[in-house]
Amino acid sequence: MTGYALRRLLQLVPVLLGISIVVFFITALLPGDPALAILGPYATPESLASLRAELGLDRPVWQRYVVWLGNVVQGDLGRSVTLQRPVIDEIAERLGPTLLLAGTALGLSVVLGLAAGAVAAAHRQRWQDNALTLAVLLGISTPQFWLALLLVLVFAVWLQWLPASGMISVYGGGDLGDLLRHLVLPTISLALVATGVLARLGRTAMLEELSQDYVRMARAKGLTERQVVYRHAFRSMLGRMMPLIGLQAGFLLSGAVYVETVFQWPGMGRMLVDAISTRDLLLVQGGVLVLASAYVLVNLLADVLQHLLDPRVRLR
Amino acid sequence: MANLQGPPGWRRFRANRLALFGLGLVASLTTLAAAAPILPLPDPFTTDLTQRLLPAGSAVHLLGTDQLGRDLLSRLVWGTRASLAVGFFAVLIAAFFGTLLGLVAGWFRGWADTLLMRGIDVLLAFPYLLLALAIVAALGPGLRNAMIAIAVVNIPLFARTLRGEVLGLTERAFVDAARLAGAGHGRILFRELLPNVLPTAVVMMSTSLGWMILETAGLSFLGLGAQPPAADLGSMLGSARELLTTAPWVALLPGIVILLLTAGINLAGDGLRDLLDPRLRGEAGAWPASPAAGPAEASQSPPSEALLRAEGLSTRFVRDGASYRAVDDLTFDLAAGERLAVVGESGSGKTVTALSLLGLVPPPGRIVSGRLFFRGEDLLQVSEARRRELRGNAIAYIPQDPMTALSPVLTVGAQIGETLRAHRAISRKEALWRAHELLARVRIPQPSERLAAYPHELSGGMRQRVLIAMALANDPALIIADEATTALDTTVQSEILLLLDSLCAERGAALLFISHDLGVVARLCDRVLVMYAGQAVEEAGLDRLLARPQHPYTRALLDCVPELGRPDKTLRPIGGQPPPLDDLPAGCHFAPRCTYVRPACRDRGIALRTAAERHRVRCLRAEELPAWRP
Repeated sequence: MTGYALRRLLQLVPVLLGISIVVFFITALLPGDPALAILGPYATPESLASLRAELGLDRPVWQRYVVWLGNVVQGDLGRSVTLQRPVIDEIAERLGPTLLLAGTALGLSVVLGLAAGAVAAAHRQRWQDNALTLAVLLGISTPQFWLALLLVLVFAVWLQWLPASGMISVYGGGDLGDLLRHLVLPTISLALVATGVLARLGRTAMLEELSQDYVRMARAKGLTERQVVYRHAFRSMLGRMMPLIGLQAGFLLSGAVYVETVFQWPGMGRMLVDAISTRDLLLVQGGVLVLASAYVLVNLLADVLQHLLDPRVRLR
Repeated sequence: MANLQGPPGWRRFRANRLALFGLGLVASLTTLAAAAPILPLPDPFTTDLTQRLLPAGSAVHLLGTDQLGRDLLSRLVWGTRASLAVGFFAVLIAAFFGTLLGLVAGWFRGWADTLLMRGIDVLLAFPYLLLALAIVAALGPGLRNAMIAIAVVNIPLFARTLRGEVLGLTERAFVDAARLAGAGHGRILFRELLPNVLPTAVVMMSTSLGWMILETAGLSFLGLGAQPPAADLGSMLGSARELLTTAPWVALLPGIVILLLTAGINLAGDGLRDLLDPRLRGEAGAWPASPAAGPAEASQSPPSEALLRAEGLSTRFVRDGASYRAVDDLTFDLAAGERLAVVGESGSGKTVTALSLLGLVPPPGRIVSGRLFFRGEDLLQVSEARRRELRGNAIAYIPQDPMTALSPVLTVGAQIGETLRAHRAISRKEALWRAHELLARVRIPQPSERLAAYPHELSGGMRQRVLIAMALANDPALIIADEATTALDTTVQSEILLLLDSLCAERGAALLFISHDLGVVARLCDRVLVMYAGQAVEEAGLDRLLARPQHPYTRALLDCVPELGRPDKTLRPIGGQPPPLDDLPAGCHFAPRCTYVRPACRDRGIALRTAAERHRVRCLRAEELPAWRP
């Protein structure tokens, strides 16, 4: 088991390297002059040149990549020009809230999505299945940002049950209950699409399990339908779903961009949007790099979990 | 189940009312958006601060006005136009480049393929939207750039899927034919391969269009897409965010239009996918349908000596209007402790017979008529709960393929244990102890270690022993074994047969042994029932059947069995194919393949008649056939 995890960790190296190349070259090679963006259209040629030299923009691209990568490995993601502080410090503050939000949303969508998918599959072509199919379709067609606004309007503005924005109350906040109250609406907005997608994938996976010979055998043994579906098929389906759950983490980490914007959540998503609007490229670079790496790690975790859950995979 | 063909696609799409609704929704919204310039709408850009935030319903502004006094309805129509245009362009760009890359990678393989696939792997390692954000960050905000970003991040998905399709196609004969005919790369790529992968590309386009519209709207919502005064649905939503408390409709209306648009596209897309990718249809895994519970007809009570008696048992599969007679009017008896073999080619209805006896016919199959007595109780009239009580208990089942019949995620001990616990009130520990005993009984070495093993850790022969142990768990009166040894190699097969033989004898259990192999049957059974196209065509004691087979089909089957020490025996395969079960010949079902056929054979259905003492045959000419020389 440890051997497997180590092997998978090693396989991460080329993927992370590839990610770093893509991130670097998208932000370094495409048109647009960061120096011009920072100093504005009225900058003098001299100040532009000196800023370019300071940023290392006058050197060949591959050199800049190697230097940049060397710095990244040491935890130096450069300095944000708009915030006037190291990018890594800003990210360190912002990563926690995003992971918290994405994590609770992932938990919610896995529980609801898989349960819904399993029920729909077990009641194939009955009313449960049709109702869930329609709900899923509405779920994955709903714009997250719009749902977030709707939730704010209903639960924060009209009913005043829950706070409309932020992670903790400015006055007298900060305890766990306060944090949880702030989490409710963002989590629901973020989890909706992933729940729909997981319900749909879960239904397919469950149907596949239910058509297997071992399910027929379980029925032939005289087990109740409940035992057949939940003890046999659902367990087997859970392992199969793990990698797909890992993929949902990607939707959630990037979907946080919308939700954090609407709810003023102090996370990476909002940081990225602000950084893009102000063309703070180093901040964008660092943010994308960290989120993409987090996503890769979550997928690794999912594979390891599948390994633990499914004895068939364990052998390979 | 061969030849399951549905009606033409369009009819099926029309039958899918949701897909049709979606298509209608998309079509009307698209028409409205396309007609925007000629509709009698106010200019969407004319601001009038005196007319700010008018509520809906005024004569000039049907849906009211926004924060700058612009007509909301007009802006919605024009915004839909922008969102739709951007979505369509993005999907076309992604499909074009993705298809091109997929074709090239799949066809040329080699380094181009490797390079491309590694690149795609890296791009797919990014969360989708994150990559789009990075691209917008580099290109700068704007609707065109947002569209490019969304298109680019979708290219890898198209490329990877279509490459897979192309790889599958290059193995096919028509590509070889084109190559041999001297067609160049370009010709093969665009004339042979492209038309074949196009359906997949179209399905992907239809299923990803909704996403692309949503995501570009999202970028606009964040202020990274359409820039004022230009507006799409997303940026309308974004700029109205501050008005949420004062004029919520201005913010909520664009979202509703996005929702309608995406939902419509997704509904129509799913319909299209079901149409072009029939693998995703079907009813695999549904709950077994309850057997027909028609009123019990008056009939003579079952002979007291029969353990199991089927009377006119008929099972059909109905799909897309066609009815497949998998089992047709099957009647037979099985006495306690007796061993009856059911033989026939694949597709002759043997397995469906077994499943009918167990009440486990998978939908769309249904037992349509007949009676099925087990110890005098009609299994087709009792409740599902009662049938469940019998399954795995008095009636045990040994399935076809030991490799797939055990649950992969539960240990052997747990699976045997649950069989016991389903029918008796014993503790988990007791069940495990009994399971241990059973494993020893089926001669599995080191049973205590095997209890904790998962099925994939055992060989095929071992798994079949486990399944036999499971069947014996509750001392069954009847064991139904469906091709129980077919998946095993010959030596293991012999061991399992011996085991089954001794265990049945030891416990006096009756055996219904389903097989296509008369050689195997001869070693185990007392009586043989030969099935063809869902019907019993001959039934007799084993010795009599081997010595005096009276049905041409039985004879043909016997001609296929090799005999040890008879190298001179000519093995004659049966010519032709069994008839399709939804289009059976009017008379004798075997007539098209029969060498003794007469016109009378084709006239009307042939009855199963008693030809001699305990020998039934379904053939008009049984007595006229030449003497059988084995």
